[in-house]
Amino acid sequence: MQLNRDELLQAYRQMATIRTFEERLHDEIKTGEIAGFTHLYAGQEAVAVGICEQLTHADKIVSTHRGHGHCIAKGCDVKGMMKEIYGRAGGLCKGRGGSMHIADLDVGMLGANGIVGGGAPQAVGAAIALRLEGKGSVGIAFSGDGACNQGTTFEAMNLASVTKVPAIFVFENNHYSEHTGDAYAVGTDKDIASRAEAFGIKSWRANGCDFFDVFSVFGELLEYVRAGNGPAAIELDTERFYGHFEGDPQRYRGKGELDRIRDERDCLKAFRARVTEGALLADADLDAIDAEVAQLIEEAVAEARADAMPDNDTVADDVYVNYY
Amino acid sequence: MAVMNIREAIASTLYSEMERDENIIVLGEDVVGGNGTAGGPEAIGGIWGTTPGLWAKFGPDRVIDTPISESAIIGAAAGAALCGKRPVAELMFADFVGVSLDQLWNQMAKFRYMFGGKTKCPAVVRLIYGAGMQTAAQHSQSVYAMLTAIPGLKVVLPTTPADAKGLLTEALRGDDPVMFFEHKTLYGVKGEVPDGEYRQPFGQARVVREGGDVTVVACGRMVSFSEKAADKLAADGVGVDLLDLRTTSPMDEDAIIESVEQTGRLVIVDESPPRCSLAADIAAMVTERAFTSIKAPPAMVTGPHSPIPFSRTLERAWVPSPQKIEDAVRRVLGFR
Repeated sequence: MQLNRDELLQAYRQMATIRTFEERLHDEIKTGEIAGFTHLYAGQEAVAVGICEQLTHADKIVSTHRGHGHCIAKGCDVKGMMKEIYGRAGGLCKGRGGSMHIADLDVGMLGANGIVGGGAPQAVGAAIALRLEGKGSVGIAFSGDGACNQGTTFEAMNLASVTKVPAIFVFENNHYSEHTGDAYAVGTDKDIASRAEAFGIKSWRANGCDFFDVFSVFGELLEYVRAGNGPAAIELDTERFYGHFEGDPQRYRGKGELDRIRDERDCLKAFRARVTEGALLADADLDAIDAEVAQLIEEAVAEARADAMPDNDTVADDVYVNYY
Repeated sequence: MAVMNIREAIASTLYSEMERDENIIVLGEDVVGGNGTAGGPEAIGGIWGTTPGLWAKFGPDRVIDTPISESAIIGAAAGAALCGKRPVAELMFADFVGVSLDQLWNQMAKFRYMFGGKTKCPAVVRLIYGAGMQTAAQHSQSVYAMLTAIPGLKVVLPTTPADAKGLLTEALRGDDPVMFFEHKTLYGVKGEVPDGEYRQPFGQARVVREGGDVTVVACGRMVSFSEKAADKLAADGVGVDLLDLRTTSPMDEDAIIESVEQTGRLVIVDESPPRCSLAADIAAMVTERAFTSIKAPPAMVTGPHSPIPFSRTLERAWVPSPQKIEDAVRRVLGFR
């Protein structure tokens, strides 16, 4: 794996954008301006970016309720996303979807999904469609240690295995399904990837807090799937820096756990250390990106606040392409 | 015009539409059949006989035998539809909506709205439904009302071979998810089918007969049962306006209202339990829109509030019969 300077800068920019976006939401939600359920992706940036930086818009992803990171990594417009989360007319989905239902098919983002496990069968359907196109594109289902227990995920893996389509099951194990630990809820003495292996699906494992490990391992996986070998899976050991949803008191966390994972498992810190120690990039390069990203998010919030609310006359628009 | 039955009309329409549009794919349990067996692919095919020859003609990438995994079937259809394909997913029994409901209700139906109108999900789900073959409580239900209640889905119920072709073609040419209900007792119904391209737009009820004394609204198998009742009533000089809804979402409300405004009397026949049923929905709609025209309370002829039984005699007792329809017509005519 060799990433050039521009690719490294872009990867950092994407991860920093996700982190800053989520941290800003964490603050803004407390003001009461943003209602509903918001599930923050901070901590898991290396996964979304390490994967999506290797995809094109022709590759399709299906995301989860914790979908902001996947959206940004896949190329969704950040300002459009912020407006969507503020429920504004100019939102990426006209304010109809909100945090849990952001999609942008133009960039291959088939949708975040409020139903845990809802997306995996759709990624297989995307893969069925993409195989017919014959261009080596892939359909990816992002799932977590929660969705890995849903029947839809099992059905999807089996269907992908049977049909040998280019579907990829990405299991981001952040160790909590809502407020319950994976040690309890994932019934196996092995790991989640081993479940995919039980379906005859070749599986990989990577450190989901290390961009370079994700990039390298997923790159190998992607080459395997693009070559027409059928489906694949990857489990990524990662961390969720915030609660299941904003407002979650997180009493299930161990003493000092949040401090520890931020100290030891922060993918942005690890990235910076790696590239500066290896003299691939300078601190100043990364600081400049941090400043750019801070400015972008500042503008995104200001523009979202200033944007109009949707017109009430549109409340029942776009249910059908045409009805009568 | 060729004469064929509904089974043949569906099979031939699928075949010709797949020839026309390479984006149409078919998936479901045993749509090929025989995969993984000594007999090999197409050794037997699906139990309804509506997909023969598709696999041989269009190949395994477009005609996909799935495991028994209804959520995966519907979810894969939804995903493929988002990616520009036109999947036709088969639920061997409409009752299996219960296994796959999330993919229909929370996913396929809502994509376009949730995503701000930027997406299309042109999937067709074929659901084989209805009582009359002693298939008991989990293989006999008419779940069209449940899906009619879901914004984002269209619901279609052909009762003639011509409509089977016209409505299926319309479903495959449209851009919205369509729930295409095929009554298991109607597959053998024969009739003339227009040659060549033939589309039947949704939301247009079929006027089966005009009689002027009472309006009978029905769909699916209940249309032919209502015709039997209407024949007997005609012998007594009672004229029935009989409407076959063809589609329940969209529904041709205007056709119902126009007839009721003439007759003032309404009977709705629905192969379903009564609560929150299509019959209840239509009764409410007519009461709201044509209150001053109606001369008698709308009558609902439905099954009882119970599951569908197995035993031959019990099943017949459950299903609305021509006799019950006739009785209901006489009841609303006798109301003063």
